[in-house]
Amino acid sequence: MRASLLVLPTVVAVPVAKPWALSFSISTLRVRVLTQTLWFGLALGQGECQFKGIRPAELPTAPRGCKLGAMTIDVPAVQVRGLTKSYGAALAVDGISFEIHDGETFALLGPNGAGKSTTIEILEGYRNRSGGDVTVLGVDPQHGGLDWKAQLGIVLQSSGESGNVSVHEQLTHFAGYYPNPRKVSDVLDAVGLTDKAKTRISRLSGGQRRRVDVALGIIGRPRLLFLDEPTTGFDPAARRQFWALINQLKNEGTTILLTTHYLDEAATLADRAGVIVGGRLVDIGTIDQIGGAAAKVPLVRWQRDGVEHAQRTSEPAALAALLYAQAGGEVDGLQITRPSLEDIYLDLVGNPAAAAVEETI
Amino acid sequence: MNTVTLGASRIGYELRVYFRQGDSVFFTFLFPIVMLSIFAVAFSTSGNIGSAPDGSGGISFAAFYVPGMVAAGMLLSGVQNLGVDIAGEKGDGTLKRLGGTPLPVFSYFMGKIGMVLVSSVLQVALLLLVARFAFNVALPTEPGKWLTFAWVFLFGVITSCVLGIALSALPRTGKSATAVVIPIVLLLQFISGVYLNFAQLPGWLQNVAAVFPLKWMAQGMRSVFLPESFEAIEPGGAWNLGSVALVMGLWLVVGLILCRLTFRWIRKDS
Repeated sequence: MRASLLVLPTVVAVPVAKPWALSFSISTLRVRVLTQTLWFGLALGQGECQFKGIRPAELPTAPRGCKLGAMTIDVPAVQVRGLTKSYGAALAVDGISFEIHDGETFALLGPNGAGKSTTIEILEGYRNRSGGDVTVLGVDPQHGGLDWKAQLGIVLQSSGESGNVSVHEQLTHFAGYYPNPRKVSDVLDAVGLTDKAKTRISRLSGGQRRRVDVALGIIGRPRLLFLDEPTTGFDPAARRQFWALINQLKNEGTTILLTTHYLDEAATLADRAGVIVGGRLVDIGTIDQIGGAAAKVPLVRWQRDGVEHAQRTSEPAALAALLYAQAGGEVDGLQITRPSLEDIYLDLVGNPAAAAVEETI
Repeated sequence: MNTVTLGASRIGYELRVYFRQGDSVFFTFLFPIVMLSIFAVAFSTSGNIGSAPDGSGGISFAAFYVPGMVAAGMLLSGVQNLGVDIAGEKGDGTLKRLGGTPLPVFSYFMGKIGMVLVSSVLQVALLLLVARFAFNVALPTEPGKWLTFAWVFLFGVITSCVLGIALSALPRTGKSATAVVIPIVLLLQFISGVYLNFAQLPGWLQNVAAVFPLKWMAQGMRSVFLPESFEAIEPGGAWNLGSVALVMGLWLVVGLILCRLTFRWIRKDS
């Protein structure tokens, strides 16, 4: 993969040559603007901001993080409050709230049927919500127009197109939809399909088609990229290559919303994650925070008289020493583990097989 | 890029995809040509139609079937091709993907209609060449006839396209699209004077057919390709091109309204 790939001109806020502005320019106060006042703030912000490295025609319609006098406006790229979605009597999404900040990578985790895809499709504008407030790049997705769509990249969970066009033709055609697309050759390179550029999509393997989906998701140089289980069907090498691509997009400032079943993928890529179970957000935080402090306490397992025992303790060595003393020698089946994200996740989603047995000796 | 430029880009893309699908090229694009050939060969020994009592004059079966096959091609390219095609794209996720991009709906429609216009012009040109050179059918020489041909053809193809887009909302899945669309167009072809001599159908069936646009497309094409002597056996004893324009225009308006009401990139909340 080329290092020079996909370089997004950086949006730089330049202090305005007004005495009152300069006198406050050292302030780092960040003000979060509520949705209701967003457009007012942006209207002011556009007048005050200079963009370096981009021609006016390439400007995103809503500038991110403009300095407004003394203050930086931090508008969440995605804001979800009390989101509900019901299908008849069934509640698929039951009061979810979260924010994704500009430039952040956020993972939505959860078992099949938990409401991840429903949530992401509401944000993409594909489904109407039953209740709650949602803004995506400052716009209600139910009323998002073409200018709004031009700033999004969407990789859907499934794609079953017959694909009677070549990879290169498809990317070139889709690039034409966007005001400021990436170069087709760069994107082909990034997803590792340069060798397959002339191949019809229908003749690609499942994993290669998935890479075409990802390529179509990023061809328009999106500000916000939705990835719904993007690495399904990838071999391990392809997944690593995909991770490198996502890290590159992150470095360029792309905001990313990712759903995945691979916890290592979430741990590698995401800044923060939310766990959805049964339509509810059961946990949210940085990957380190998921599950709470207690979930990260090491687990000591051992056997005594053929019976399994397990205990969480922040002093595992002391417990092991105690067990050693009690047994008068080596302890059968002694294990000390620090829970992986996967263990914590399985605890959260209530998988009984993985739930640690809590007991005292 | 603006809506029209994108529409033009869609036309190129759609044409490329269309002609790469062997089955649709055969069943939709070549279908009227294959049918004309079958009728011309099957009835090649049957003598002429509309001859004088002494056996002179009249036209061959090949010549008699040309206007019906032209009309069938117009209907199939629009209604059958687009009805099945768009329902399929809805089913296989193509439309969902497009709905997530800044492609305007109008550009998408423009691509479909443009694709049908280009392919149906090629189709009718091929059909007339086969009729002329394989089956020795005399084609009209008067510019007035070709002018009638041009407007009936364009008007009819565009109406068919709009009706095809509207009809694509009907099948619940891509797989059921052919089962929903083909019986409709097949029935219309039988009652509208494509395969059967319209003048010999019972009056009530003629009246049923007159509600639908195919009968009028076929009638318009008969006025172009059949000799003046055939005008007398038309209903009302005239080609009645005013009614041809009126009925196609009404269906165009109905189709546009249906498209506006029913077309969605995806079935929301399905």
